[in-house]
Amino acid sequence: MKFTLSWLKDHLETDATLEEIVEKLTLIGLEVEEVDDKSQFAPFKIAKVLSAEKHPDADKLQVLSVDIGEGTPVQVVCGAPNARADMYGAFAAPGAYVPGLEITLAVGKIRGVESHGMMCSERELEMSDEHDGIIDLPEGLEVGGSFAEYAGLNDPVIEIGITPNRPDALGVAGIARDLEAAGLGKVKPVAISAPKTNGACPVNVKLDFDKSQEDLCPAFGLQLVRGVKNGPSPKWMQQRLLAIGLRPISALVDITNYATFDMGRPLHVFDADKVKGDIVVRRGKQGESYLALDGKEYKVTDKMTVIADDNGIESLAGIMGGEESGCGDDTVNVLVESALWDPLNIARTGRDLGINTDARYRFERGVDPSFMEPGLYHGTNLVMELCGGEAFEPLIAGEIPKPNLIIDFPVSEVKRLTGIEVSTEECQSILMRLGFGVSGMGETLQVAVPSWRPDVFGKADIVEEVMRIHGINNIEPQPLEATGAVGSKILTVGQTRARNARRALATRGMLEAVTYSFIPEAHAKAFGGGSEACKLANPISVELSDMRPSLLPGLIAAAGKNQDRGAGDVALFEVASIYLGDTPETQHRVAGGIRRGSAGLTGGGRDWRDAGSPVDVFDAKADAFAALEACGMDASKAQIVAGGPDWYHPGRSGTIQLGPKLVLGHFGELHPMTLETLDVSGPICGFEIMLDNLPASRKKATKTKPPLELSGLQSLARDFAFVVDSDCDALTLIKAAQGADKNLVASVKIFDIFEGPSLGENKKSIAIEVMLQPKDKTLTEEDIAGVSSRIIATVEKATGGTLRG
Amino acid sequence: MTDIAELETSIRADIDVAADEAALEAVRVASLGKKGSISDVMKTLGKMSDEERKVQGPALNALKASITEAINERKEVLKRATMEIRLASEKTDVTLPVRQSPSEAGRIHPISQVMDEITAIFADMGFSVAEGPEIETDYYNFTALNFPEGHPAREMHDTFFMQEDEKGERKVLRTHTSPVQIRTMENQEPPIRIIIPGKTYRCDADATHSPMFHQLEGLVVDKKANIANLKWVLEEFCKSFFEVDNVNMRFRPSFFPFTEPSLEVDIQCDRSGNEVKFGEGNDWMEILGCGMVHPNVLRSGGLDPDVYQGFAWGIGIDRIAMLKYGMPDLRAFFDANARWMKHYGFRPLDMPTLFGGLSQ
Repeated sequence: MKFTLSWLKDHLETDATLEEIVEKLTLIGLEVEEVDDKSQFAPFKIAKVLSAEKHPDADKLQVLSVDIGEGTPVQVVCGAPNARADMYGAFAAPGAYVPGLEITLAVGKIRGVESHGMMCSERELEMSDEHDGIIDLPEGLEVGGSFAEYAGLNDPVIEIGITPNRPDALGVAGIARDLEAAGLGKVKPVAISAPKTNGACPVNVKLDFDKSQEDLCPAFGLQLVRGVKNGPSPKWMQQRLLAIGLRPISALVDITNYATFDMGRPLHVFDADKVKGDIVVRRGKQGESYLALDGKEYKVTDKMTVIADDNGIESLAGIMGGEESGCGDDTVNVLVESALWDPLNIARTGRDLGINTDARYRFERGVDPSFMEPGLYHGTNLVMELCGGEAFEPLIAGEIPKPNLIIDFPVSEVKRLTGIEVSTEECQSILMRLGFGVSGMGETLQVAVPSWRPDVFGKADIVEEVMRIHGINNIEPQPLEATGAVGSKILTVGQTRARNARRALATRGMLEAVTYSFIPEAHAKAFGGGSEACKLANPISVELSDMRPSLLPGLIAAAGKNQDRGAGDVALFEVASIYLGDTPETQHRVAGGIRRGSAGLTGGGRDWRDAGSPVDVFDAKADAFAALEACGMDASKAQIVAGGPDWYHPGRSGTIQLGPKLVLGHFGELHPMTLETLDVSGPICGFEIMLDNLPASRKKATKTKPPLELSGLQSLARDFAFVVDSDCDALTLIKAAQGADKNLVASVKIFDIFEGPSLGENKKSIAIEVMLQPKDKTLTEEDIAGVSSRIIATVEKATGGTLRG
Repeated sequence: MTDIAELETSIRADIDVAADEAALEAVRVASLGKKGSISDVMKTLGKMSDEERKVQGPALNALKASITEAINERKEVLKRATMEIRLASEKTDVTLPVRQSPSEAGRIHPISQVMDEITAIFADMGFSVAEGPEIETDYYNFTALNFPEGHPAREMHDTFFMQEDEKGERKVLRTHTSPVQIRTMENQEPPIRIIIPGKTYRCDADATHSPMFHQLEGLVVDKKANIANLKWVLEEFCKSFFEVDNVNMRFRPSFFPFTEPSLEVDIQCDRSGNEVKFGEGNDWMEILGCGMVHPNVLRSGGLDPDVYQGFAWGIGIDRIAMLKYGMPDLRAFFDANARWMKHYGFRPLDMPTLFGGLSQ
């Protein structure tokens, strides 16, 4: 909502400065977004042309000698046909910025003659579209005086952001009312009298709605003015419209726009001679269309409200008039319309057709029903004032609603909700200045809501009114009551896991990424997603169309982008949600990460101690385990099953499980086809841990740790090597060795894997170091031999292998 | 006597010239060995008279001891010399670089770090952390929050919609974290003090907007929380978060469907340089929206607005991260550019706490 300072002062008598007004507007909730103080027009001066000679080298140019009020006249080359000696005009000196040309003037040479400035046209100063000649001012003005002041171009423009609950502030008059309530002046009421009329309106209006749909147009007012003369509107009106960014069209049209911004009352004018038959306000019909004032053809539906006559649709109710019955220079008889429309219907129609107009903006927020009739008279009066003609009796169809909401308002509500101590008197006074009716004394007031405040329903709304006028910044902050002495833990298990996983993965040299939750469909499908439930209906682009079923595609794509930027060796992770459906239960918290190139634990790229070997499944496995351990899970308790989901390398991936069904996560090298789909080159390994699937840690009564048992007896290590089939799991072998003697075997470590022709086809050797820890006596040679043979036998049985000789 | 003294002088001379451990060993054998010079003299003891033996015996033992000690001393000297030669040959270029420790190389994203900072502050004020789904129903995202169907306020949120289901209903990507207000009120009796950090989505992308961003919602519901308390909470938060002694905040009336009265909050700052400085300067920057929970929202949460009351606020996590740490572009937050993350990210062991300071 834009307006100018002088416009505001039409409605508000005030001594306040621009700064004071601007500050107050913001503090009462009419947030000032921009102020243009129009200082850019300060350089333009009233000047007098002393002489005008033909340019020596150009037929259409003249060389002017111009008195700018600074002694010596300046020389100006000018192409305007109307430039002549003794004329007064608007002069711009070098250095001035000319808004209509979007240039800053400099001393120039035009066809060999120096020009020290320019004489401006109206278009160059954005006063109008006039560009046939330079501005021709009346004689006798003070040479050197401010042209902006003379022409009213120095009128500051204020733009405020109006929240959707304040349609009453979508007119300058309403803004003045708020400022008065806030103590910044006195409202100058707009006197509106019913126009003198000459007989009944010859056009009939019918509201043609089913009983249940009468709300679409509660009331419709029309008034005929005959014998008008349309033409440009007066300068002051044009200037104000231009100042707020509207193009003046003609007096009749400008009146409707002016009333929209002045009083917050959208009006419409029909050329009465182009209207055929009676006017019918009704729902649109399927298949109907109309040519709107913006020159476009719109198809209407039966959900829209239209104004029609025998020719068809003449106007889209409350949004935009029709081209066919629009007013032009030849209009002699005009029908002024002031009506009420259903806000929701206007909003939907505007949205469906994609039409944004100042009328729609107001109607969908709610215009003051009580001003419909005065608004009609106001429009008619303006028409007669600016274009002449004589009015006929107004025609009001339907019934104007009379909102009469009265709220019982305990004054104590103000203190309850805001902490402000406010007296009943102050409360009363604020509300009355805002136009509320207040009756009753004592503790509860009866507050009548004015017709222009559709946003006020209940007590809280009234508290807001009192608060904003009283001043929010007068409220002293008060501490929130402390809840207890020492705060307790506030994070949920899931939040703690996410936090711990994050820190743990970052300590492994990985960078935490936050990628978009939506990914391209092809990527989603490559990771088991792409279902209908996870598709956006209105994605911002095809690249951001599907809610991700996994964190990996986003991270892999990010690795690809980093590679394009020259950083191919990256380790990235993310702890965030994946979406397997559109319900809360199918949103899962996941920790996932990837490593690309040589970005292993110690860092990527070549180093003098580390040639930079490519990442593999074991890098990902170590990351996955680190995440698990950080979440309080003993990773050694998990089962590792060979193979993972389809997006992993089938032979170089694993699944982390607890039991046959509970999957905690996956890790592995990525399938080459997956990388191809994502258009990123490998090597890439990755993992995901489903944080929600981890078992809850058992609640223990105390935080005491189990006692540490340190044996005084010496432990000893024994090495064994077994030749087993190539596809034998290491874990099977380890578990067998561990199980051979649970009392003695403290740990089993694999220290060598060997494959070679000496072992035979499809065979490998796994060498283990078994640590034996006696508990009650030192082991004898026999004891050691015994446990060794048990280990050999158990392992051979479990793996089908043999001790390597 | 003379013999012994001569013998000692001679052996000591041999010890002194022994150049390495092998030569020294030869000296030892030649003197103390079975057939060594000292042993030879010892053998003569038996033939001596008692008196002679009484003199010569101890003298010889003393010689043996002193030679043994001299050899050991010389041995230590020779060992050191050998070691020094070896060490001198083992010199290496210690200026060669080592790799950065992984725990130094890794980074926490500013959003996670800032969420931890926020959590530390609000934990101290007795808040806990609530969460909710990102794919929401229209009811929780709008209707329950007092956005009537078709109301223009809904258009203020550029909403992402999911596909229509069989019933013709379509879910949305939550446009704010406020749905969690309702979900919390449905499940928890007041007093409620929660913060709700999380991802939010709007169908909007330009230089200053991202289709995904992070919001922090706050909610207090009890029987007396009011705007004066709200102002205190937000002022304390801003001071702690921005780590300044003073903030000057301006509260303006505004409109949100789910609060009444509604306020927007500006923070005074100096934006004249490259950095934004709080607590000084002449600019006002909008940083959050807040207000008293709307009676209809309390009702949606199953609470009686004449009994319970409270306030709520919403603030952009990415935005306050940018203000505090100076990232110029929101979109870069989600670009996973390694260089950006290394530069703007936080070291994993820098945990924000109130006792140690939120940031280094």
